[in-house]
Amino acid sequence: MDVLLLSRIQFAFTVGFHYIYPPLSIGLGIVLVIMEGLWIRTGEKIYHEMARFWTKIFALTFAIGVATGIVMEFEFGTNWATYSRYVGDVFGSALAAEGIFAFFLESGFLAVLLFGWNKVGPKLHFFSTCMVCLGAHFSAVWIIVANSWQQTPAGYHIVGEGLHARAEITDFWAMVFSPSSMDRLSHTLMGAWQAGSFFVISVSAYYLMQRRHLEFAKRSIKVGLTVALVASLGQLITGDISARHVATNQPAKLAAFEGHYATEPAPLYLFGWVNENQQRVQFGIAIPKMLSYLTYGDANKPVTGLNDIKPDERPPINFVFQTYHAMVAIGMLLIALSLFGVYLWWSGRLFGEEPWVQKFVLPVMVFSVLGPQLANQLGWFSAEVGRQPWIVYGLLRTSDALSKVVTADVVLTSLILFTAIYLLLFILFIFLLNEKIQHGPETEKTPDEVHPVSPTELLDHHPRA
Amino acid sequence: MNLIFAQETAAAIAPSSPLNDIWFVLVGVLFTGYVILDGFDLGVGALHLFTKTDEERRLMLNAIGPVWDGNEVWLVTGGGALFAAFPEVYATVFSGFYLAFILLLLSLIFRAVAIEFRSKRPEAWWRKTWDFFFSLGSVLSAFLIGVATGNIIWGIPLDGNHEFAGTFFGLLGPYPILLGVTAVALFAMHGAIYIVMKTEGELEARARGWIRNTIIFFVLMYAATSFATLLYIPRMAAPLQQHPWLFAVPLLNILAVANIPREIHLGQEFKAFLSSCAAMVALMALFGIGMYPHLVFCHTEPANSLDIYNAASSQKTLSIMLIIACMGVPVVLAYTVCIYWIFRGKVKLDQTSY
Ligand code: HDD
Ligand code: HEM
Ligand code: HEM
Repeated sequence: MDVLLLSRIQFAFTVGFHYIYPPLSIGLGIVLVIMEGLWIRTGEKIYHEMARFWTKIFALTFAIGVATGIVMEFEFGTNWATYSRYVGDVFGSALAAEGIFAFFLESGFLAVLLFGWNKVGPKLHFFSTCMVCLGAHFSAVWIIVANSWQQTPAGYHIVGEGLHARAEITDFWAMVFSPSSMDRLSHTLMGAWQAGSFFVISVSAYYLMQRRHLEFAKRSIKVGLTVALVASLGQLITGDISARHVATNQPAKLAAFEGHYATEPAPLYLFGWVNENQQRVQFGIAIPKMLSYLTYGDANKPVTGLNDIKPDERPPINFVFQTYHAMVAIGMLLIALSLFGVYLWWSGRLFGEEPWVQKFVLPVMVFSVLGPQLANQLGWFSAEVGRQPWIVYGLLRTSDALSKVVTADVVLTSLILFTAIYLLLFILFIFLLNEKIQHGPETEKTPDEVHPVSPTELLDHHPRA
Repeated sequence: MNLIFAQETAAAIAPSSPLNDIWFVLVGVLFTGYVILDGFDLGVGALHLFTKTDEERRLMLNAIGPVWDGNEVWLVTGGGALFAAFPEVYATVFSGFYLAFILLLLSLIFRAVAIEFRSKRPEAWWRKTWDFFFSLGSVLSAFLIGVATGNIIWGIPLDGNHEFAGTFFGLLGPYPILLGVTAVALFAMHGAIYIVMKTEGELEARARGWIRNTIIFFVLMYAATSFATLLYIPRMAAPLQQHPWLFAVPLLNILAVANIPREIHLGQEFKAFLSSCAAMVALMALFGIGMYPHLVFCHTEPANSLDIYNAASSQKTLSIMLIIACMGVPVVLAYTVCIYWIFRGKVKLDQTSY
C-alpha cells in the first residue's frame, strides 16, 4: 500500500476515534451546567447527586478526548508536512487560538470541577462548571474554523510558486467567518448536544427499566429529553442551511451527496444506490425536483451535476451518497424519538406502568445513544470525503499534501500501533463506563460527612464563597 | 565560522520588524512553561515505582491530579504556536522525527490513561500494571523530549527544500541520548521537590531522600552534557563569548541548583521548588541563546538551516497572533495561578481522589 492511502486511513481512523469523545464532553458539559444550575436554584439534594454522577462520566470521556486529541495535532506535522507548510500561515493561528482560549480554559477549570467539590463554595464550583463547558465549546469553534477554511478558503492569497507556494492570510476575520464556518459550527455543536443528551437519556432509561435509582433517573431523563429536543430540531435547521451553502460553495460535494449527474432540476432521494458506471441512482425513492426546491426555493432551477465537474475533481460518489443519507435518516429518527419522548413525559406515561413503554420505548431509548455517535461519524465522512480530491478545496490536492520524507513502512508501523492501542483504550473505556453505570449515583451521605449537600449548608462551611 | 555565515544570510533577508524575534521568545516561553509544569508531573511519574504502598502511590497521583492535564496543554499550545509562527519548522521536525514523535505520543497516551484508570479497580494486578505504565510513559516522554532537544542542538541533516535527510536511528546519537538522560534526571529532581512540597509523613521523608539522589544524578549529567556541548558544539557557547554578560545565565543556573539542597535543609520546600523552576528557565534560556536565530540547525550544510526568518509565517500572521497572545496569555496565567492556589497545601485522600 502506498503512503497516501496509509496516511489517509491513519488520519481518518485517529480523527474518527477522537471524535467519539469531544461531542460527549461538549454535550455533557451543557447537561452539567443545567443540573448544577438547578441545584444552586432549588437546593434539592437530588440535583447535586446528578451533577456529581454525570461529572464522573464527563471526566472519563474528557481524559480520552485529550489523549487522542494530541495525536491529531501532531499528525498535521508528521503525516501532512506539505499541507502544514502550505496552510500554516492561515491555519496555525486558529490552532494556536484554540490552545490559548479553549484548552487552557477547559483543563484549568476541570481541576475545580472534579477535585474542588470540598475546596470551593458552590457558586465558584458552578462557575468552574460553566467555564469547562464554555471551553469545550470553544475547542469546537476554533477547530471547526480551521477545518471550514479547508472546505471554503477565504481571506488569503497565494505566495510563491510550485514547491514553495503557500497560502498567506490577508484578512483574519474573513478567514474566521469563511463561507461555511458558521453553518458547520452550529451544526456540529447541535450534533454534540445530541450526543450528550441521548447519552443521558440512554443511561436514565436503563435505570428506569431496571427500576433502580428512580428519582435520579426521572430527573435526569427530563433534562436529557429537553436538550435532545432542542438539539435535534436545531440539527435539522442547521443541516438544511449547510446543505444549501454546500450547493453554492462546493457543487461537486453536493452533487455527490445526491448522486446527481446532469445539470438539471434535481430530485431528492430518500435512499438509493449510485451506479457510478451508468451514472444514475438505482433502487431509490425520490421526491422529484425537491432538491432544487430546498436549495434555491425554486423547483425548476437546475442544480450543478457531476457531468459539469472534471472527472479528476470528483469525490467518491456512492460512498458519500450513503454516508450522507444515513446521517439525514438518523437525524429524522432522532427528532421523532425526542418528540415522542417529550410527549410521553408530558402526558405522564413515561414513568407510568404501561407495559409497552417498558417493553418498547425504554429499550429504544437505551440504544438511542448510538444514533448521534453514528450520525456524527457519518457526517464527518460525508464532509471530508466529499471534499476529495482536495485537501484544501480547489487549492491543494490531498495527494500533494503528504510528508515527503515519510515512507509507507513507517506509516504502516504507526497505523498498527495506533490501532492496537486505540482498541485497548476503547475496551477499557466501555468497561469503566459500564462499571460506573452499574455502580450508579452515590446516594448522599449524612451532613456530618465530608461534604455537605445543599448550597446553603455549603455556605456555612465556606464563608468565602 | 559557520555561525557567522548563517547569521549573515539571515540578516540579509531579515525584515525590519521585530516580530520574528518576539515569536522566537514566545514559543520559547511556552515550551519553558511546559518543561516547568509538566516537568514535575513527568518527574513524579519517574519516581512512582520507588514508593512502597498503595496509599503512597495514590498520594503521588493525587499530588498531580488536578493539574497534570492543564500542564500538558502547554505542550499542545506550544506546538500550536510553533505551527502558526514557524510552519516550516513544524513540518520539517515532525515529519523528520516521525517515529520518535509517534513514540512520544504513545507514551503520553499511556501515561494519561494510566492516571485515569489506575484507581478505578481495587485488584492489585490492575493497579500494578497501570503503575508500571504510568512510570514507563513518564520516563519515556521525558527521555524523548530530551532526545529531540539534543538533536536540535546537535544539528540534523536537511536538504535544500528543508526536508529532513537523515534516518530514525541517526537520531539516536550519543549526544541526544545524553540529553535524554539529563532530561529524565532534571524532571526527577523537579518532581521529587514537588512531592516533598505536597505530601507529609513517611512519603515526604522518602521524597527527601529522592531529592538528594536526583540532585546528584542531575548534577553529574549536567556536567557531562555541558562538557560535551563545549567540546563538540562550540557554536552553542559562541554567543556567551561574544557577549560576556550572558554568563549571568549559566551562573544563575548553577546558583539555583545549589540553592535547592539549602532550602530543603531549611524546610523551605516552596523556595526549593522555585529554585528548581529558575534552574529550568536558565537551561531553556541557554538553549535559546545558543540557537538564536536558528530554529533547526543543519550541520551537514549550514545554509539549509531553518531560522526565524526563512521558517516564519507572514508578518501579518505573526502580528495577529501577537494580539491573540496578548489577550489570552494574561488571562490564562491569572486563572492558572488561582487554580494552583485553590489546590495549595498537602494532598489528602478523599472521595474525589483517584
Ligand atoms: C448528531 C449528529 C448529526 C445529525 C443527526 C445530522 N448531522 Fe449533518 N453533520 C454532522 C452531524 C449530524 C456533523 C458531524 O457535525 C457534520 C460533519 C462536518 C460538519 O461540519 O458537521 C455534518 C455535516 C453535514 C453536512 C455537510 C457540511 C459540509 O460538508 O460543509 C450537511 C449538508 C449536513 N450535515 C446536513 C444534515 C441534515 C440535513 C441533517 C438532517 C437532520 C443532518 N445533517 C443530521
Ligand atoms: C479541524 C478539523 C479537521 C481537519 C483540519 C481535518 C483535516 C483532514 C485531513 C488533513 C485529512 C487527510 C486528507 C484526506 O484524506 O482528506 C482528513 C481526512 C479525513 N477526515 Fe478530517 N479533518 C478535521 C476534522 C475531522 C473530524 C472531526 C473528523 C471526524 C470523524 C474527520 C474525518 C475525516 C475522515 C473520515 C477523513 C478521510 C477522508 C479520506 O481520506 O477520504 N475530519 N481530514
Ligand atoms: C483534526 C482535527 C482536530 C485536532 C487537531 C484536534 C486537536 C485536539 C487536541 C490537541 C486536544 C487536546 C487538548 C488538551 O490537551 O486539552 C483536543 C481535545 C478536544 N477536542 Fe479536538 N481536535 C480535532 C477535532 C475536533 C473537533 C472537530 C472537535 C469538536 C467539534 C473537537 C473538540 C475537542 C474537545 C471538546 C476537546 C477536549 C477534550 C474532550 O472534551 O474530549 N476536536 N483536540
